[in-house]
This record gives sequence, structure tokens and C-alpha cells, in this order.
Amino acid sequence: MNEEAPKSGFRAWLDRRTGLDSLLHHALDEPIPGGAKIAYVFGSGLLFLFLSQIITGVFLAMYYVPAADHAHTTVSYITKEVTGGSFLRSIHAYGSSAIIIVLLLHLIQTFFYGSYKGRRELVWLAGCVLLTLMLGMAFTGYLLPWDQKAYFATTVGTNILSEIPWIGNPLKRLLRGGTEMGTLTLSRFFVLHVFLIPACIFAFIATHVYAFRKAGAAGPLSEDPVTPKLKAEGFYPKQLVMDMGFAMLIIVALGVCAYLWPTELGPKADPSDTQFLPRPEWYYIPVFQYLKYWHGSTSVIGILIIPAIVGLLLVGLPFYDRSLERRPWKRPVSVGLFTATLIALGALGIASHREDMRNPGVAAQLEKQQAETAEFMTAKFEPELSGSFVAQNATSLNPDVTKGKALFEGQSCNACHGDNGIGTAAAPKLTGVGEKYDSSKLESLLRKPTEKMTAGGMPAVGLKNDEMKALVAYLQSLK
Amino acid sequence: MPHVEYIPEVGRNKNGRRSFLAGLLAAGGATVGALLTIPLVRFTLHPILARTTEKSWSDVGSVDEFQNLDAPVKKLVTIEQRDGWRKIALQKPVYVSKDAQGQVIVLSAVCTHLGCTVPWVEKEKKFICPCHLGNFSADGKLLGGPPPRDMDRLETKVEGGVLKTQYQFFRQLVRDKEELA
Repeated sequence: MNEEAPKSGFRAWLDRRTGLDSLLHHALDEPIPGGAKIAYVFGSGLLFLFLSQIITGVFLAMYYVPAADHAHTTVSYITKEVTGGSFLRSIHAYGSSAIIIVLLLHLIQTFFYGSYKGRRELVWLAGCVLLTLMLGMAFTGYLLPWDQKAYFATTVGTNILSEIPWIGNPLKRLLRGGTEMGTLTLSRFFVLHVFLIPACIFAFIATHVYAFRKAGAAGPLSEDPVTPKLKAEGFYPKQLVMDMGFAMLIIVALGVCAYLWPTELGPKADPSDTQFLPRPEWYYIPVFQYLKYWHGSTSVIGILIIPAIVGLLLVGLPFYDRSLERRPWKRPVSVGLFTATLIALGALGIASHREDMRNPGVAAQLEKQQAETAEFMTAKFEPELSGSFVAQNATSLNPDVTKGKALFEGQSCNACHGDNGIGTAAAPKLTGVGEKYDSSKLESLLRKPTEKMTAGGMPAVGLKNDEMKALVAYLQSLK
Repeated sequence: MPHVEYIPEVGRNKNGRRSFLAGLLAAGGATVGALLTIPLVRFTLHPILARTTEKSWSDVGSVDEFQNLDAPVKKLVTIEQRDGWRKIALQKPVYVSKDAQGQVIVLSAVCTHLGCTVPWVEKEKKFICPCHLGNFSADGKLLGGPPPRDMDRLETKVEGGVLKTQYQFFRQLVRDKEELA
């Protein structure tokens, strides 16, 4: 493509070894029939947003722990204590919304421009898979903070699965890691969100971009989708500048939102709460509302058959819509259906909001939940109390154990065996010793240590019988 | 790729303008990229740059309890250590005793030699370390054995009739008391 590659110096050497220059030229000189257009920025905008999600996600993982008893604390720590933590988390959360918005714009642009036509089935198919994967990312990511809305929204979200005949329940159990929501659900969602789905996204982005470059950019409405006739312009510089401008716009928008309205974290998930009204993230609201209309025996139509038909119509579009006509006003059926679906989704969203506001009980509960979230956000970060001391306090109800503990410390047993018998470099731990030896064996070992014990520095313990009994009781309580 | 007649708008004859724009874009991109890494760097460095755990006061017991001491009394104080998002509660033994002037003092039970816990031996009226027999008087003065200095005194205060102490760790094996973070 370019015969004028520099012939000497580091860059030439690097190019000879890697072919970087021709790769760069291949990327930058991509021909765009009819020239650069603002309408074409959405694809690269999505790539940019995905990159931003990866970077912020990796950094968030530096503090996050995916277990039911720590997840909420660690997210709270990120939000309330870590420098820039709230900002970074907000960029990540708003980033997910931005991806959905830009995905929709990308889909709408592709659809109305008829850019899926003319040997572009694979580009379209990979795009549909990416849309599904991104919705999967949004669904799995929502649970990770393990606050009230995360927990209950995901409970409802996974319950929908059980409406599917035959495989519904096993599928739900597989996703949850059991019948109920719990720490295993969180682990599974974490693995899906951080490893499996992103890996698939990488693969399908590669497919999408490769198939796109193979077929070539579709160009404007007037362009022939199979054999382009319009004068082409390189991707560089005009389209690149537009794409970079769009990326900048995204960064600024995310930054402003994250700064002015940081993403909130609600109180920790309380599975025993029976009042909580879960509401999904805005982009799932239309689906949430739609599902309300289906009950009982007909629900399989609404939950399975209709979505399957809509999905098939969307995925199969380039297979049954074979005409090369691109102008939307000449394709009234497909354009009409597509527009109607979009309007229906929007209307469902509005209907959901109006229903919530009209029902005073629901409105009051939602307001109360918002107030609880606001209250939690203003509270200081509360570190999680951990350590053997917690467990020890729970078992010290037996007076003998309490007395034995005092003896253990009074006799400086803890100097070598550690506080609460957790062991040190000087002597082994004593936790679980009660399962190994019964009380009489323990007593005889204390009164007359074995040679090995003596060699390690263990002195004989000369206590009165009642004190010895207490010490043994304490040792047996060490778990 | 379908065959297209490709006529670059800014072609090779305009190489100067093309590379100037490339430089501008690269510089702009690098600047924005660098700006974006600032929050990431601050986020990463948080545990290193944030203030270390502030010293906290632990309750030792009611002041009345220590009015008429004739020998050091062992007390367990609960200290809390911050470890990122968690807090570890530890119980540490201290001795409440009196100095030569009759003032109540709190001594760390950690031997200044190698860190064993030193018990008060009533029979000998001394603190005797079980590890290497370092021994100290009732007010913590070094009497003999390998330890390099007296037992470590802890800061104390009385608040609402409760004796409080600031538990701390000190470096072992050195002549002068030296705080550890």
C-alpha cells in the first residue's frame, strides 16, 4: 500500500520486524466511500467506551472482593475512602449506560442507512452477539456491589429464567449456583462479568471489525452496498478526527456526570427484607414493565415466544431483507417495524415510571429506599471487624473457658502460642487441639510435655487441678 | 475488500500537512491520555499515601480499681488495627503499676528483648520473662538479663473515671524506646 516507508533508522527496523507501518496504513487508509461523516462515529465510540470499562474495571478490582460478606464493604470502601474511588466507580457505572446509549445509536444508524445490506451478514450477526453480550455485562455487573437494589433486582432478573419451560429452573440454579441467591451467585456473576463475557466480547469485536473491513464501509444512502461507486476518502484524517472528537465528548460527558452526580451505593443487601421494591437500571425498565403484563398460562407467550420472534427478526434481518435498496422511505415494512419496536420500548419505560408514581404505596416505598441510600451515603465508612478475637468472644460464655483464657495469658502461653492460640514462629498453633486430644490427654501433655515439646521450649505446667481443668477447657474451645 | 478507486484527499504531495496533523493528533491524544491516568494513579496509591492508622485510646479499667495497688495488675486492652477495608481487633496484655512517685503507670507486657510476653511473678516480686529470664522491677525498671532497656511505658490518660492507654509497639533490641508504626 505504501512504497515510501522510511528506509533507515529505528522505525524502519521496527517495521521490518513487525510490519507495523503497513498495519497502521491499513488501519488509517481505510477507504470510506463518499467521505467522512459524523454518522459513522458510533462504532469507534463503542470501542473506546469498552476500553474505558476495561481500564476502570481492572482498577476497581484492585479493592473489590467478590464474596457476599465482603463485597459491599469493599465497594463502600472504594466509594467513601479510596482517593478518586467514587469518581472511578461512577465512570464505570455511567460507562455502562453510555455503552447502551451508543449501542442503540449505532444500531439505529446501521439500520436506517441500510448498512447491513450487501454481503454484510457476518458484520450484522457479530454485532447482534455483541449487543447481547453487552446486555449480559450490564446484568452481571449490577449485582456486584451487593447492595439492596443489586440483590433484589438480580433476584427478580434470575427468577424470570424459571418461566422458561423445561430448562428454566435448571438454568436459574446454574446461574445462581444453587436455588437461592448467595455468595456463590456473586462469584458466578463476577466470573461472567470479569472473565467470560469480556473474553467473548474481544472475540466478537475482532470478528465484527474483520468482517466489516472485508466487506468495506457501506458509505451513504446513495452508495451501492456491493460495488461502491462514490469517490472514497481515507479514514485518516477526517474520520479519525471526528472519531477522536466523539471519544472526547464521551470522556467529558462521563467525567462531568461522575463528578456532579457520583454513583450511589445503597445499604448492604438484606435478604430478609420483605418490603424492598427492586427496580432495574433504566435500560432494563422497558423489559421489566413488559414482563408485568404476562401471567399464568399465557406467560410463556410473552416471556419466550414474542422475545424469540423479535430476536429472530432482528438477527435474521440481512438474511431475509436481501434487496439492495437502502433508502428508508423505500423500505416501509422493516423501517416501520423497527421504529414501532423502539417507540414501544420507550412507551413501556414511561408506563413503568407513571405506574410507580401513581401508586402511592409504591411511590412512598421507592422514596423511602432512596432516603435510605442517601443516608447510607452520608454515613462514614465502617470497616469490617475481623480476626479471631470476634470468634473468641462468642465462645467465652463458659466460665471455665474464660478462666482458662486468663490463665493462658497469665502464664504467658500466648507469648509463644500466640493470642487465642493462633500460633507464632516460636510455637505451633493450638486451634483445633481439642479435636486432636481429649481432655485427659491434654492435661497429661501439659503436666508432662513430650521430649519433642520440651526440646521446642515447652515448659511443664504445674497448675492446681481446678485451674488445669479451666485451661484444658479453654484449649478445647480454640477453634 | 471490494475494489474502490481510492484517491486520498490529502495525498503524498501534501506530506508536510499530513505529518503535521499526525503530530498534532498524537500530541493531543498523549496529553488527554496522560490526564486520564491521574485519577488511576491516585486511586492506586491511596493505601500508600493515606495517613496510617491514627493512634487510638483503649480502656484499661476504672481508676478506682488502681488506687491501692500493691503489685502490678495485668489487664487486657482491645486495640483495633486498620487493614484496608477491614479492622482487626486484637487483645494485648498490659500491666497497671505505680512508679517511684506513686503515679499510676501502664506498661507494655512485651519484652524489650525479643518480644515475649512478660508475666509478673508474685513470689519473686519481679517481672520475669519466660523466654530468656530478663527481669524487671514492679515499675518496669530493668534488673537483669538480656533486655536492652526498661519495660516500655504506654501513654495514659483518665477520662470520666476510666484509665485509658494508647497501645503501641516498640522496636526490640535497642537501647532507646523507638515507636513502630
